[in-house]
Amino acid sequence: MTYTIRALMGACALGALATAAAAETTITVATVNNGDMVRMQGLMDDFYAEHPDIKVEWVTLEENVLRQKVTTDIATKGGQFDVLTIGTYEVPIWGKQGWLVPLDGMPDSYDVNDLLPQIRSGLTVDDHLYAAPFYGESSFVMYRKDLMEKAGMEMPEKPTWSDIEKAAAAMTDKDNEVYGICLRGKAGWGENAAFLSAMDNSMGGRWFDENWTPQFDTAPWKETLTRYLDMMNKYGPPGASSNGFNENLALFQQGKCGMWIDATVAASFVTNPQDSTVADKVGFALAPNKEGVDKRANWLWAWSLAIPAGTQKEEAAKTFIEWATSKHYTELVAEKEGWANVPPGTRTSLYENPKYLEAAPFAKLTLDSINAADPKNPSVQPVPYTGVQFVAIPEFQAIGTAVGQQFSAALAGQVSADQALQSAQSLTEREMKKAGYIK
Amino acid sequence: MARKISNRRRVIMSVIAWALAFVIFFPILWTIILSFKTEGNAIKAPWDVLTSSWTFDSYHVVQERSNYFRHFMNSVVISFGSTLLALVIAIPSAWAMAFVPGKRTKDVLMWMLSTKMMPAVGVLVPIYLMFRDWGLLDTRTGLVIVLCLMNLPIVIWMLFTYFKEIPKDILEAARMDGATLGGEILYVLTPMAVPGIASTLLLNVILAWNEAFWTLNLTAAKAAPLTAFIAAYSSPEGLFYAKLSAASTLAIAPILILGWFSQKQLVRGLTFGAVK
Amino acid sequence: MSTQASRSAARLMISPSVILLFLWMAVPLGMTIWFSFQRYNLLMPGQGGFVGWDNYYYFLTDPAFFTALINTLVLVGGVLLITVFGGILLALLLDQPIFGQGIVRVLVIAPFFVMPTVSALVWKNMLYNPVNGIFAYLAKAIGLQPYDFLAHAPMLSITIIVAWQWLPFATLILLTALQSLDSEQLEAAEMDGAGALSRFFYIMLPHLARAATVVILIQTIFLLSTFAEILVTTNGGPGNASTTLTYLVYVQSLLQFDVGGGAAGGVIAVILANIVAIFLMRMIGKNLEA
Repeated sequence: MTYTIRALMGACALGALATAAAAETTITVATVNNGDMVRMQGLMDDFYAEHPDIKVEWVTLEENVLRQKVTTDIATKGGQFDVLTIGTYEVPIWGKQGWLVPLDGMPDSYDVNDLLPQIRSGLTVDDHLYAAPFYGESSFVMYRKDLMEKAGMEMPEKPTWSDIEKAAAAMTDKDNEVYGICLRGKAGWGENAAFLSAMDNSMGGRWFDENWTPQFDTAPWKETLTRYLDMMNKYGPPGASSNGFNENLALFQQGKCGMWIDATVAASFVTNPQDSTVADKVGFALAPNKEGVDKRANWLWAWSLAIPAGTQKEEAAKTFIEWATSKHYTELVAEKEGWANVPPGTRTSLYENPKYLEAAPFAKLTLDSINAADPKNPSVQPVPYTGVQFVAIPEFQAIGTAVGQQFSAALAGQVSADQALQSAQSLTEREMKKAGYIK
Repeated sequence: MARKISNRRRVIMSVIAWALAFVIFFPILWTIILSFKTEGNAIKAPWDVLTSSWTFDSYHVVQERSNYFRHFMNSVVISFGSTLLALVIAIPSAWAMAFVPGKRTKDVLMWMLSTKMMPAVGVLVPIYLMFRDWGLLDTRTGLVIVLCLMNLPIVIWMLFTYFKEIPKDILEAARMDGATLGGEILYVLTPMAVPGIASTLLLNVILAWNEAFWTLNLTAAKAAPLTAFIAAYSSPEGLFYAKLSAASTLAIAPILILGWFSQKQLVRGLTFGAVK
Repeated sequence: MSTQASRSAARLMISPSVILLFLWMAVPLGMTIWFSFQRYNLLMPGQGGFVGWDNYYYFLTDPAFFTALINTLVLVGGVLLITVFGGILLALLLDQPIFGQGIVRVLVIAPFFVMPTVSALVWKNMLYNPVNGIFAYLAKAIGLQPYDFLAHAPMLSITIIVAWQWLPFATLILLTALQSLDSEQLEAAEMDGAGALSRFFYIMLPHLARAATVVILIQTIFLLSTFAEILVTTNGGPGNASTTLTYLVYVQSLLQFDVGGGAAGGVIAVILANIVAIFLMRMIGKNLEA
């Protein structure tokens, strides 16, 4: 027993020493466990070489855990983190609350004007940039060229939903575990609700009308959900109602999906021969729309780095963000891991770089998709909110997730499409009333 | 035992027991196996998984990506620290309740247990605010305090039921011999109570080690234990079974080994007064 | 006989834990009750104020509330059922002379040492997954369609995971109780011609009742707050199919960051838990006193 106590005390003392010895500034960076962020942690030597006086502590977490912790911390001003990884959903809301430090006065070498205008505008509140994009994404169609060829079909560069349905039917071969289409089914505002919201835009629908009345009882939503369920039930993989981005990525990499409509960042994963068994067989196309609707089902998202207001280490945090989102970092990744692996979707210059365009066959379509997404006008109908696949109000996380649950239940066959839409309508109305949007 | 046990029966029982044990242990076994495979092999059909080559790759990757040792040390300090603190507070209380029972002893005990019924998710924000004001966020001290309070009722109850079984005559005898209260506890009770204390310690270390709500939400980098380490691997992009398995194996191995080695001690006091 | 001195000494010794636990209970509970009458959303600072019973109204009329109540009972009841009956059977089996008893016991108790998050991840990905999971391969091997457990039987799937974690605990306690049974009594019964079944029902089972009560009490306390397993596997879905009361409180307070609504849910959960507790303690009190 005494030995244990002594060991414990020793451990505590060691810990205390370790902190005391650190004369440098230590910043704590909260980040999501996505590939690009994990890669950055392996490239920190470059940062330390330039800034020996700053030490970076990483807190890497799964997306939902990260969001919960970071939100709790910033809303209570807990001050546990100096740099946060957040998305285009949080930045406008938090920026408006005054919870983030504006990233004004970046040096000229950073070249703020090089940031893609759509991404930049999503991270700007009242002309202040509140977060620097680490990578940006839209969504598009990834498909198996070999399977399309085998089916004697060709994917148009700008497909419609009918094209997608035909292709899915032709490629499906369930006996050999090839499923024509893989789509998100896992409930969550950032999972199936994101996909279906974008799909609804492409059917001519919207989340709310100008008076914040939810629109799940309108025709576009009904068409969205019915066609989605129809495709997934006929051509989708088993267990689709718990498949999110990661699950579908794994399925596609194993060659089990004919098509996958999802984030553009996935392109570099599915074409990477190290992880993907179908690396050389992937083709790309713009996200589909319904004939005659002038919006496609592509969203806009950027994982970005921001500084919480109230941190004591603003300067060091800024220095780090500057490094992580700079052109220099892009070149560093290119040098170490190849051009195809650089974080995409943030800077115009990247899409003018011939080396990148050559290494990344999906580059042009990615850029086109990002440029085509307009968070200010997500639908062909007028809306009171901003955001393509989300509604930038604080209540949306919960509402989107609850609605996603209904859609997921419909996919699992527990309720019908109509029942799901009805529940979605009434629960959204309820929450909007509770929050005071609907008087 | 006087009864003769036929060999046949013994064989049949053994086969059933082993089969059941295998089924129960299988999820853990499979995780350990997958942790030694490449990502590509880890998702193959079970037979192909077994016959594919073995590798330490996933462990290397996990080691490179996260500071396992620090998480491990945090887990050790937090789980043992909170349990030892709880024991220090609980031993006198349990002793008093067992040997000087009052009319309301039972009610007090039950009330203590009922404090565990508060859903942690509902009180995170109040606790978070307090921790912020007291500077306890992301400190091991903070977690030691929370986990100590969380497990205190169980600790008291286990000790109480164990102490109660110690025959009182012995104490009377010691008292007759002129032992003081302190001497009574030190020389008479303690030796008899060691198995109960040991098993209380073990059970609560296990509970604290596996506690995943407070430990995850009240820490960031410095005090984050193994539960936070796992949260970095739970659903990353791309294939992840092998890495998840390696991280899981690393997270559960220490406590699994401790549990296995001390299972005899654990069992001895784990009766909660259920055995007369 | 306890003297006055030893009584006051005893009171002194009990007080630290009583005071600490009282604070640990009263302070968060007090704050929770206070918040439950406030409009307080972390994401919308500056919109505070007293709202009366609004938070309670919204929590109790939440479309998921009733389902959550049922699911909580199903989960707790299901796990208790599996662990108590499974535990008795396993304990009887482990009590038999078998080859490699020590190893078998080690294997059987192993799940108890696994963190809830880890076991949920392992079950979800490596076992239940309808494409890459073991169960899917087994189904395909015998020519069946893989079953999507988490989508079509979410409560059952979660109950199995949780029961798997708690089965060792129940087994251990029941085994200890079984081993403390007087073997002479059993032998005497056997001499009198009692068969194995009647020996079990008339001697062993009554002896195990006490241990079973303890298992039920301790497990209920932990099971009522089951949360990680649901979060990791189904997120309470599909729909509300696997939302429990604890999970509903989580949705309110940490997904919605509606501290007021979450607090109201917390208060309701505490009240319901205490109803269960009173019921349980009656039962325990009867069984443990004797």
